[in-house]
Amino acid sequence: MSFLGKLSIESVPYHEPIIMVTLAVVAVLGLVIASLITKHKQWGTLWFDWITSVDHKRLGIMYIVLAMIMLLRGFADAIMMRTQLAMATNGAPGYLPPEHYDQIFTAHGVIMIIFMAMPFMIGLMNIILPLQIGARDVAFPFLNNLSFWLTAGGAILVNVSLGLGEFAKTGWVAYPPLAGLEFSPGVGVDYYIWALQISGLGTLLTAVNFLVTVFKMRAPGMKLMQMPIFTWTCTWANILIAASFPILTAVLAMLTLDRYMDFHFFTNEAGGNSMMYINLFWAWGHPEVYILVLPAFGIFSEVISTFTAKRLFGYKSMVYASGAIAILGFVVWLHHFFTMGSSANVNAFFGIMTMVIAVPTGVKLFNWLFTMYRGRLVLSVPVLWTLGFMVTFTIGGMTGVLLAIPGADYVLHNSLFLIAHFHNTIIGGAVFGYLAGFAFWFPKAMGFKLDEKTGKAAFWCWQIGFLLAFMPLYVLGFLGMTRRLNHTDNPDWNIWLYIAMVGAFVIAIGIFFQLLQLFVSFKNKDKLNDTTGDPWNGHTLEWSTASPPQFYNFAHIPHIQDIDAWTDMKERGESYQRPQQYSPIHMPKNTSAGVFMSMSFTVMGFALIWHIWWLAIVGLMAGIGVFIKRCYTRDVDYYVQVDEIERIEQTHLGANTTGANA
Amino acid sequence: MALHDSHSKAHQDAPAQASHEDHGSVKSYVVGFILSVVLTVIPFVLVMKGDFSKVTTLWSVIILGLIQIWVHLKYFLHLNFVTDEGRANTFSFLFSALIIFMVVGLSIWIIYESNAMMMY
Amino acid sequence: MNTVTATMHTDDHAHHGHHENNTVFGFWLYLMTDCLLFASFFATYAVLFMNTAGGVSGKDIFELNFVAVETAALLVSSITFGFAMIGAHKQNRGAALAWLAVTWLLGASFIGMEVYEFHHLITHGHGPQQSAFLTAFFSLVGLHGLHVTAGLIWMTVMFIEVSRRGLPEQTVTRLSCLSLFWHFLDIVWICVFTVVYLMGAM
Repeated sequence: MSFLGKLSIESVPYHEPIIMVTLAVVAVLGLVIASLITKHKQWGTLWFDWITSVDHKRLGIMYIVLAMIMLLRGFADAIMMRTQLAMATNGAPGYLPPEHYDQIFTAHGVIMIIFMAMPFMIGLMNIILPLQIGARDVAFPFLNNLSFWLTAGGAILVNVSLGLGEFAKTGWVAYPPLAGLEFSPGVGVDYYIWALQISGLGTLLTAVNFLVTVFKMRAPGMKLMQMPIFTWTCTWANILIAASFPILTAVLAMLTLDRYMDFHFFTNEAGGNSMMYINLFWAWGHPEVYILVLPAFGIFSEVISTFTAKRLFGYKSMVYASGAIAILGFVVWLHHFFTMGSSANVNAFFGIMTMVIAVPTGVKLFNWLFTMYRGRLVLSVPVLWTLGFMVTFTIGGMTGVLLAIPGADYVLHNSLFLIAHFHNTIIGGAVFGYLAGFAFWFPKAMGFKLDEKTGKAAFWCWQIGFLLAFMPLYVLGFLGMTRRLNHTDNPDWNIWLYIAMVGAFVIAIGIFFQLLQLFVSFKNKDKLNDTTGDPWNGHTLEWSTASPPQFYNFAHIPHIQDIDAWTDMKERGESYQRPQQYSPIHMPKNTSAGVFMSMSFTVMGFALIWHIWWLAIVGLMAGIGVFIKRCYTRDVDYYVQVDEIERIEQTHLGANTTGANA
Repeated sequence: MALHDSHSKAHQDAPAQASHEDHGSVKSYVVGFILSVVLTVIPFVLVMKGDFSKVTTLWSVIILGLIQIWVHLKYFLHLNFVTDEGRANTFSFLFSALIIFMVVGLSIWIIYESNAMMMY
Repeated sequence: MNTVTATMHTDDHAHHGHHENNTVFGFWLYLMTDCLLFASFFATYAVLFMNTAGGVSGKDIFELNFVAVETAALLVSSITFGFAMIGAHKQNRGAALAWLAVTWLLGASFIGMEVYEFHHLITHGHGPQQSAFLTAFFSLVGLHGLHVTAGLIWMTVMFIEVSRRGLPEQTVTRLSCLSLFWHFLDIVWICVFTVVYLMGAM
């Protein structure tokens, strides 16, 4: 076998101008960023304070940065697809040949779901959840760092596929036999497999980490039914991750065995059954979308109750409804393949269960409406995203119930109606939620607010752009257009394709406003400074800390008596109290073990993709070796001394006890 | 170094933590072991001898297996509803079992039905 | 640093106790996810075991005598690990090491027998590439074997750790995690011999 496996100079797609230009731009951008870091002598800070950090707040910020970078790549894919379809009408070929276009829609799906939405959600959860429960960090800080770097490793593989080899051309679900060795002999599906397996491990570890944190590390007195609602929805999401991701691991492992060792799980010959892939994939895939949307629901609850200055209506029913959605999410997955040929009874069962799941979702919507009723809603940016969600997601939910009817789905399966539906719910639900959370919690994480004007402009562009881009797709679905088409030849479809393209560009303007917002806010951060740590008069414990929080979160962990613990403390006059005395605080030390382990496994993944067997073994051994070394490292923690705590607390309490509190 | 010695000595002096959790005794392991042996021998003999009908053997083997799993959970893994730790572990196990039952059960139903449609 | 940490000792003990409990609970949750991984492979076996592609079925290749001995080895290893844990909690280094060694030998025998079985099947033309049934069989049983092997490696590392460090709290926690892992693998084996071997041989 060759020293470099299947890898050679031919693996670089230098015949594809679009890719080569993209690579050149990325290289230049990379060089610019590297020289800026060098110029400002920030490599040390980058390594010691960020890359090796085990602080959940820092890791959360890094997750969100990753999500934003991948949003740009995933969105670039979207713009390319919309322009191709607008150009390739009436039988014209457009500018993207099918073998390229197929990789784009595959990468678009994988990136947006796995490397944009998941990291965004996990990032927000990382920053906020420990603060909300009065904890000083998560249960396993080292594992948290490892989880981030495993996710980044998967993202790295997806991006490397652009310059070396190819990506999968199978759609983001990668069904065999198309994804099997016979019909996808190249490296594309292997990039897909290893990117998902490596990042999937990181996600699974995050779920275990946060479940232990929530069950074992809440502030004293905080019963489960007194936790903030965002914490609750994240907990249900983590339960879903723990229960569903092993299924993805299993099914991808089976596909790997088919591809690497000529096994017959999903092959046409020798008795394989490719239906089982579809079955297992969606047994993971459906819970996955609830993993994405449940934390967003939690964010909406927090935003509405804060900006109406009211307690959330129906807290208990919200918790139970989230739980019902989580568990029901495990008995609906067949609705992704009604047409695949199981029996009428099977279709009927899953159709009914899919409709049932709309009920607890409706409960939540009414609770938000009742919370707003008779409140004085402030139309801040987080609230705009929330109102936009309510309208947008409801449409998406209704089209989902429509699709849940097997008979209707036989007409609409894999049509653009379906594409419109899931973008409707994922963008309107999950993405709007994360953007609301981003605006809501940005001051807490960074110490200054975001500029309002650009924020509002961004929202309106997203909202209008979304409607322009996706409502036409519902029409196209009814007009018979299927998904993943490279070019079309039906004049009735054209007008809708043009409108959809315009919508995509309006969203692009929205993204531009978001980048502008960041630029403007950073520039004006002194004017936008959050001095108190509680800019919105919040209800939950994260608002009791400084902005950004003290690195140890809480010098003194409060004793909790009620829901909305911070409001409760403020009402009882217990906010910003200096305790009798401080004790030294036990904190974990930063470590390089996580990044080294992850990069070893990423190298292993890369080597497996290209069949460089010796390098794969080296990567695996190195990863395990770093882990064992970490297990026997004794210098992993330290104590923060009282004098340092005093100093930090003085600043925070001082900013808050000069008359500000009533 | 001195700190670590005094730490483990403190652990010996203060086994309060150990007694809060159920770590099992020799007796519980031996009881669990004997039950497991019995619950293993019976199904093996049933199948190897083949004296009973297929249906009887099948159900016996399955039920005996489930009982042995319960024996392992109780006597080796110390699952219980009494201690905090036991409750936490037991509930997470029961939840996982529910998910497994639903996913595996429904998967088998789905594929068998689709095979039937293909006249497999 | 020394004087401060010394005075922190009493709070520290409860604090460390919490850390150790969290570790074991976290490992238990990870084991639950591992259950789901096995469940997926079991489900796949259940839908593929009849697809023999004209080749052998379970009845043709399963030797229950052999499996019975394997099962005995693993079951006894469960109780010997239990004895190792009792020794560990009593701070009895000698007992812990001795029973760990016995457990290791029994586990290694199990793996040895399984490797023999796989090798025998492959050299007789019944390897996993022959049919979906054989693919599913080798994968499910192989996944279990891979886990047991990982457990043996972990056990070796723990043996060295206990020999060198004795039984401080962190080491006992690690042994507790390994013991959960080991017992869980025995439970999975109950499912394997029931669903695969016994039902296959009927």
